Amino acid sequence: MRPVNIFYLVLLLTGLAAPWLGLYPVYLMTLYCFAIFACAFNLLLGFGGMLSFGHAAYFGFSAYATSWLVTSQGWSSLQAIAVGVVASAMLGLVIGLIAIRRSGIYFAMITLALAQLVYFVCLQAPFTGGENGIQGVPRGELLGFLPLKDDIKMYYFVLAVLVAVYLFIHRVVASPFGQVLKAIRENEPRAISLGYNVERYKLLVFVLSASLAGLAGSLKSLVLGFATLSDVLQATSGEVILMTLLGGSGTFLGPVLGAGIVVTLQDVLSDRVGSWVTVIIGVIFVVCVLAFRKGVVGEFQAFLERRRATGVKAP
Amino acid sequence: MTDFFGIPFPVVFGQLLLGLVNGSFYAMLSLGLAIIFGLLGVVNFAHGAFYMLGAFAAWVGLDMLGINYWFALVLSPLAVGALGIALERLFLRHLYKLDPLYGLLLTFGLALIAEGLLREAFGSSGQSYPVPDLLQGATDVGFMVLPNYRFWVIVSSLVVCFTTWFVIERTSLGATLRAATENPKLVQAFGINVPIIVMLTYGAGVGLAALAGVLSAPIIQVSPLMGSSLVTVVFAVVVIGGMGSIMGSIVSGLALGVIEGFTKVLYPEASNIVVFVIMVLVLCWRPAGLFGKE
Repeated sequence: MRPVNIFYLVLLLTGLAAPWLGLYPVYLMTLYCFAIFACAFNLLLGFGGMLSFGHAAYFGFSAYATSWLVTSQGWSSLQAIAVGVVASAMLGLVIGLIAIRRSGIYFAMITLALAQLVYFVCLQAPFTGGENGIQGVPRGELLGFLPLKDDIKMYYFVLAVLVAVYLFIHRVVASPFGQVLKAIRENEPRAISLGYNVERYKLLVFVLSASLAGLAGSLKSLVLGFATLSDVLQATSGEVILMTLLGGSGTFLGPVLGAGIVVTLQDVLSDRVGSWVTVIIGVIFVVCVLAFRKGVVGEFQAFLERRRATGVKAP
Repeated sequence: MTDFFGIPFPVVFGQLLLGLVNGSFYAMLSLGLAIIFGLLGVVNFAHGAFYMLGAFAAWVGLDMLGINYWFALVLSPLAVGALGIALERLFLRHLYKLDPLYGLLLTFGLALIAEGLLREAFGSSGQSYPVPDLLQGATDVGFMVLPNYRFWVIVSSLVVCFTTWFVIERTSLGATLRAATENPKLVQAFGINVPIIVMLTYGAGVGLAALAGVLSAPIIQVSPLMGSSLVTVVFAVVVIGGMGSIMGSIVSGLALGVIEGFTKVLYPEASNIVVFVIMVLVLCWRPAGLFGKE
């Protein structure tokens, strides 16, 4: 077995054992939801080279859709999650079509502005509950026989989704589609001159990323039992950027690690230090951008590669 | 005719005036963003935070040090501008050779720090700042009653905007600035200290934001959150106007403020989103923005 696979196996076993090691399942589930969110964001930024400043729009929109269907319409959890994902995919399609007309910083500003538009729609729409959001969302049952009310069952469901998303992103990046994306990220004019329909590739990765972000939002609303305005807030878009950047954008494990660090930090700090959480997150942003642009996993990989390179020369 | 689509004229004019006031702030902020982006290649996400700091500097000055409005109008932009210069020297200048996205992320972090610190110090609720004695009251101008302070805001910000335009487009200092935007290496070779120009430009752009903050202090509640909601709208204004043009950002800032005011009269529910909707339309029609060059 390759060391990488052993590492993944250990990680998976840790994940399976975690709720029995005294870790609070709801905290772990929140962490996993944000890990899915960050993985989705990383697909766009790390592999597609596009910085969206409005990913909370898909996360929150899907959370609202799922919560509303489960709470007011009595849909089953899986159906509601599926509709949430489709809804965020459609939203991603519309916003993507507009945003990919520009690139770089303009792309970032446009996605930010459109996410703000979604925020105001969620604030005023009749079914979102305005400032209160949708509270008391039941988790329902999985396939009609697995009651998700039980934290442990819900935990394994969320873990399974995280693993599936992780493998899916691996697959997408390794596919010919992923290779073209990489080519576009590295040199867009060349990809165009090779005959690739660059806009279509960009749009597709945008929609994929939005759908997965929506999946994360839907799951989060079921785990915590509510969808509120903070899900669509600019600050949430900022958080997912930070998670990805801190863990290492363009690496597979980076966003998961980044989500782990940020969620844990908020969990530990928010009760004790109040507004200082915002300050600390801001400081991490500044430090990341100035000194740590590859992120934790990225820097570690670079370190391994340097060691391997010198190792070849030494004998 | 005394009404407009069934709405009495005084109400329409009142909203238009409010729109014009907001438009003046949009114009001053997007102007500063455009200048900074032109020379530094950085999209200053912290612009809203500097606007907020400008308002807070005025409020703290009055509340704790007894500095009146007129002094605050000068001192607050200077203080915030100096802070901007310090941040440029400490952090931003290390990023000029990198992808401009890093500048956006760094200034986003700086904005979070500023917001968090002020929330910790003053709480999230708003503080009110009195209208200076000289500008209190209102004048009846025939078709409506014009609050003096609002009138002052519009006039003074127009003067500031056009002075800035004049300095950049019509003076030799502005010529140097534009040359440094175009080709910094060549300008440096002519013996002009480009890094200093860059530093002062950032200070000036940030100072403009702070000045807008002081002007807005008596109208709105001074709160740590006042910048972050505004900066998104200003970004949309910048996308609509196109970042390259100084006059473009002034005109589109004012125009969008007025359009927002109109929307408040006709269809209040949409007033929050009208700027974003216009942005979408402009992007479909002219992706580079109304005054931008691709």
